[in-house]
Amino acid sequence: MRAMVYRGPYRLRVEEKDRPSIEHPNDAIVRVTRAAICGSDLHLYHGMMPDTRVGMTFGHEFVGVVDEVGSSVRNLAAGDRVMVPFNIFCGSCYFCARGLYSNCHNVNPNATAVGGIYGYSHTCGGYDGGQSEYVRVPFADVGPSLIPEWMDDDDAVLLTDALATGYFGAQLGDISEGDTVVVFGAGPVGLYAAKSSWLMGAGRVIVIDHLDYRLRKAAEFAHAETYNFVEYDDIVVQMKKVTDHLGADVAIDAVGAEADGNLVQHVTAAKLKLQGGSPIALNWAIDSVRKGGTISVVGAYGPMFSAVKFGDAVNKGLTLRMNQCPVKRQWPRLFEHVRNGYLKPSDIVTHRIPLEHIAEGYHIFSSKLDNCIKPLIIPNAA
Amino acid sequence: MPYTPDRPKPAESSDELRARIPGWGADLDPRDRPSVPKEVYDPKATGAHWEFPERQPEKWPRERSIEHRFLTPVFGTACPPKGLSGAIRRFAYARYSEGRAAHWLLLLGADRVDAVESAARSMLTLRPDNPITQTGVLSEFTHHPIRSRFGRRRTDLVHQPLDPILVAAPWVAAGLIGYAVVKRLRRVT
Repeated sequence: MRAMVYRGPYRLRVEEKDRPSIEHPNDAIVRVTRAAICGSDLHLYHGMMPDTRVGMTFGHEFVGVVDEVGSSVRNLAAGDRVMVPFNIFCGSCYFCARGLYSNCHNVNPNATAVGGIYGYSHTCGGYDGGQSEYVRVPFADVGPSLIPEWMDDDDAVLLTDALATGYFGAQLGDISEGDTVVVFGAGPVGLYAAKSSWLMGAGRVIVIDHLDYRLRKAAEFAHAETYNFVEYDDIVVQMKKVTDHLGADVAIDAVGAEADGNLVQHVTAAKLKLQGGSPIALNWAIDSVRKGGTISVVGAYGPMFSAVKFGDAVNKGLTLRMNQCPVKRQWPRLFEHVRNGYLKPSDIVTHRIPLEHIAEGYHIFSSKLDNCIKPLIIPNAA
Repeated sequence: MPYTPDRPKPAESSDELRARIPGWGADLDPRDRPSVPKEVYDPKATGAHWEFPERQPEKWPRERSIEHRFLTPVFGTACPPKGLSGAIRRFAYARYSEGRAAHWLLLLGADRVDAVESAARSMLTLRPDNPITQTGVLSEFTHHPIRSRFGRRRTDLVHQPLDPILVAAPWVAAGLIGYAVVKRLRRVT
């Protein structure tokens, strides 16, 4: 089969790989019909995530058709059209039993601090991902769901991570009616978090980024008030000014490890790999929110330490809430919101790239060429 | 204003927002939010028909965090460790917990060694690594590189010139080392 293969930082190619096989009785093999490149895939591509091995296939956002199932699979059969959450989870460990699917303890031997994620380094379990023609899906009775008949693949693939994570980020903010919510980052997760904040009853939603085309999207797609941090000497002071010097009630970090806005932080994290991530957006969130406010972190960070302004968070009495999104838990409610027309996931898709040209896709997304917001990958067999 | 007790008045009322924004307030009640509360004990809801999953066969000694009691019942089988990078990875897992910076720094170091080893190995195949096509940089010719970057106040342009250096540095280093080795060998013979 054809699959994207990592060759080292900033390098990848498509090559022939063995089709995955059933390795556990509850495995399924899924033929991928649509995949996506996530902003967090760029952390792998840039060599930031420890134990990212040459030869690995990335891709934790994908949907497809079941091709084969293991002997103990009861809920799926060959030919089923399925969406697969980016979390790999067993459904029975201490954490899964409590709904914390992203924190499963039975799927990642390489680390206890993070669960299993498709195509996301050995730090997240060493599973190949879905930027390929076929993918192994463990715990087929637990993870995947049938795609509703009324939903197309482009929308479904965005529910496997980006939309679910943005929606989850707004929930972590514990938003009350009339709250002012500031979202750092106008990438896919930030756009969905901003849009979801209205569903939770926000009174005002502000989005901050440095890319004007993404801020235009935030205004149009998420009805947000937008600020380009490049225009201001200090974006934190600007946030204080526009909130009558109180600060926002809730701040959402939807940027994560490669945040821009402070050259030293960015270079030490993203280029020199001396921090788990560049915590610029998180530090701005801490300083922009009001005392007693809530910070929601859904941006992805590596496992190393990062220079976070923890003292300010303590002194302001902030509540910091964070996790990888337990995706499947979000789906029933998100299906309702999509069906009711409150959310149209594929509105943010800007590029559709054939699998054979995925190296160009990564470069376009990474370098923000052509107003890129969300690239989808179309496998050859789709 | 934070200097007085009252909350600032919202620019728009809830009714105005409901009229303007599709779905406004649909999840206003926290009971409608799927991740509230954070933990809900319901092991029957997941679809699992086991209390502890059957174990996947271990086809080679699978490296694992020393914070785990045992190898997890299911695990990824992509890219088994190999070469010098594999030895570094095995050491990092066997010796240091996830709480130690040495664990992660060794793994990052192994990643860099792996990239060099794999590039060198690829030179012995019919499809050697090609840093031009593999970086996707050819898309610069077709996806508006000038218009996408300039006149747009992009703050990331300051550090983007570092990217080609990061890509080229191992190749240049490998070339210099190769040249030094050949020179040395010639001198010996």
